[in-house]
Amino acid sequence: MSVLDEAPTSQSPLEPDQAEDTSPQRKPIKVRDFKPSDVLLLAVTAIAAYSIVWIIFDQLTLFSGEFGFVVTWIVVFLGMYWFINLQIYGRHMAVDRLLGGIVTIGAMCMILPLVLLIVYIFSKGLPLLSLNRFTQTQAGVGPLSPISAGGFLHAIVGTLEQVALAAIMGIPIAILTAIFLNEIGGRISSSVRIVVTAMSGTPAILAGVFIYSIWVLTVHDYSGFAASLALAILLLPTVTRGTEEVLRIVHNDLREASAALGAPDWRTVWSVVLPTARSGLVTSILLGVAVSIGETAPLIMTVFGAQVMNTNPFHNPQAALPLVVYQEIKLPQKSAVALGYTASLVLFILVFTIFVLARILGSTWLQNTLRGRGKGKGARLDGDVEEELFSVALAPAMSFGSGEADVDLGYHYRPDQEDPT
Amino acid sequence: MTITETEEHRPAEGDAAGPTPIKITVRRSRTDVAYRRIAWTAAASTFVILVLIGVFLYIRARPAFEYMGYWGFLKTQVWNVSGVHPSFGVGSALLGTLILAMISLVVAVPVSIACALFINEYAPRKILGFFPAKGLLTSMVDLMAAIPSVIYGLWGFFVLQNSMKGLSRWLSDYFGFIPGFKVNTPVYTSSLLIAGTLVGIMIMPIITALCREVFSLTPLGEREGAVALGASRARVIRDVVFPFSKGGMIGAIMLGLGRALGEAIAVSIIISLTFGPPNHLLQPGGNSIPALIADRFGSGGKLGAAGLLAAGLVLFFITLIVNLVAANIVRRQEKKRA
Repeated sequence: MSVLDEAPTSQSPLEPDQAEDTSPQRKPIKVRDFKPSDVLLLAVTAIAAYSIVWIIFDQLTLFSGEFGFVVTWIVVFLGMYWFINLQIYGRHMAVDRLLGGIVTIGAMCMILPLVLLIVYIFSKGLPLLSLNRFTQTQAGVGPLSPISAGGFLHAIVGTLEQVALAAIMGIPIAILTAIFLNEIGGRISSSVRIVVTAMSGTPAILAGVFIYSIWVLTVHDYSGFAASLALAILLLPTVTRGTEEVLRIVHNDLREASAALGAPDWRTVWSVVLPTARSGLVTSILLGVAVSIGETAPLIMTVFGAQVMNTNPFHNPQAALPLVVYQEIKLPQKSAVALGYTASLVLFILVFTIFVLARILGSTWLQNTLRGRGKGKGARLDGDVEEELFSVALAPAMSFGSGEADVDLGYHYRPDQEDPT
Repeated sequence: MTITETEEHRPAEGDAAGPTPIKITVRRSRTDVAYRRIAWTAAASTFVILVLIGVFLYIRARPAFEYMGYWGFLKTQVWNVSGVHPSFGVGSALLGTLILAMISLVVAVPVSIACALFINEYAPRKILGFFPAKGLLTSMVDLMAAIPSVIYGLWGFFVLQNSMKGLSRWLSDYFGFIPGFKVNTPVYTSSLLIAGTLVGIMIMPIITALCREVFSLTPLGEREGAVALGASRARVIRDVVFPFSKGGMIGAIMLGLGRALGEAIAVSIIISLTFGPPNHLLQPGGNSIPALIADRFGSGGKLGAAGLLAAGLVLFFITLIVNLVAANIVRRQEKKRA
């Protein structure tokens, strides 16, 4: 490691300069300390940088634009912050604080679109939302209809049917695949893992195109069932990865105890592993459903969309909530755009609810499982560790992760905590 | 069951001169064999689906390939599927897809890596003792990955587009000499830059979550060693975390790239499809294969449908290669840890 090579230089905090060493009561630098005075320093630097940029931008030159202002402000702030920390604390601290500033701004850039998006969806959709959206269809709504005309009952029905069918088809295969990967294993398991990861990145539209070519062109009929086939393909890798992570957390003692009692493999999985993992399984399934409920691209070439109610998912085009948003939002009529906005709000609330439900279920399950398993080992389990374990275990499932995040209970590295000594 | 597996695998790893391991045979009941077969079939079905996608797209796309020729389909930059002399291909769509993906990576990679570092290395677990900064941020990132792309597209079309006009104007004013940045008519909406930025925002949560995971796999001993030698957090990141997770980061970025290449809905909402060489980034118009499929679906009769399926086949191979390489890199990273 290069730390080992470079550390014992004269600039290292371990062996300080001779000049600095003259004061005997010199205190060690604690990089992770962030005292109230540091907060003040941060605020003052930010204000100073703002003032400087304001003078440059609005007084001296004729630059304009909020975007440019913010970018310049950030750059000037980082530069000043680095310099001030260099003067007060020295090089190591300054670099550390500078990087801290950069990554914090990165995290803000990450969250900003999410916040703006939620605010926008609610501010546009909420005023237009009324009860008739949930009780009516688009039948009879024309270009001259008032803005509040029509609803998307037919789309809600369609989406629920399609996602339910997709779940019925996709989830058993996904869970069996995860069981194969985690409980059985074998020569093909590593390549299956790679294929599942690659499949999770397969464009959603390709699932639609595939079902179009294999099913719709064969039976010559758009249907909700075709859409659910496509959604099942998209759901499969997400649920597989999530389930695999969940099964990995189930402790081996349980499997061994079951095997010692003479249970065959299938019985161990059916009566011990799966019941232990129940809530975790529900979590990974819900996360898969949350993702597939909002997929739009595969719906275009499978359900095709409809203005009226069609409750039969096996015959004739159906509507779907994401498809309503996609098709209505670009139309010139005000009523169509209004419908698109409200539909997107409902879609968002649906996805959000499922997501939060999955998280709550998952973290409760994780707490219980780990508490049961941690007792004998004297593992320290406070809420923080659980939170971290949860994110380690289930985040990959959400984000098409690489998996394999082994959860190590005994000792958890916590970079943000001072050593107690 | 475990015993057999380990014993069978050991001879490959073990010393040739050492004692030969005992081979233990396990007799499984009929139900157990059936259970194993069923699980194996389910696992193998992922292969089958992937192969079927390629095969069926090829079968259905053959009329288009036969009409245009393979090379001609890849090269042709127009999309006239109806009329007396149809001529179509993915030439401009292919280039547009690659440009879009590049823009989205430029937007997404720095933000994602910074955010992953923040969550993993810098974020306090609780701000002021009660605000769970780290957990909340992780959840928000995961939520971002779950938001439907059509909602991103909606937001991008009505919000992001307006707020990016200023940046587009500034880029064209000061960097007009760079090819592609010159704007002839002062309209800055519906451009490849805006669509690319939106796709970048959409792939940020995926890259962040994967990078975070890779960073968290950094061996504890080396971290502690660095800290014991007096390294600051910045130093730990530079000298321990980054060298260790280089491969995993590349894998994460490539998985993000795969997603960016295949994003259809958001792109087709933002850009208005134009054909021909994609030589402008800031002006309206552009093209990408998934957006082309989403936009032109249902028009152009049988030949048009075959053409779109052929475009889908091209997209399938590109994303498959990118994703397989990425998945391999990520897996190798995980093995290194073990």
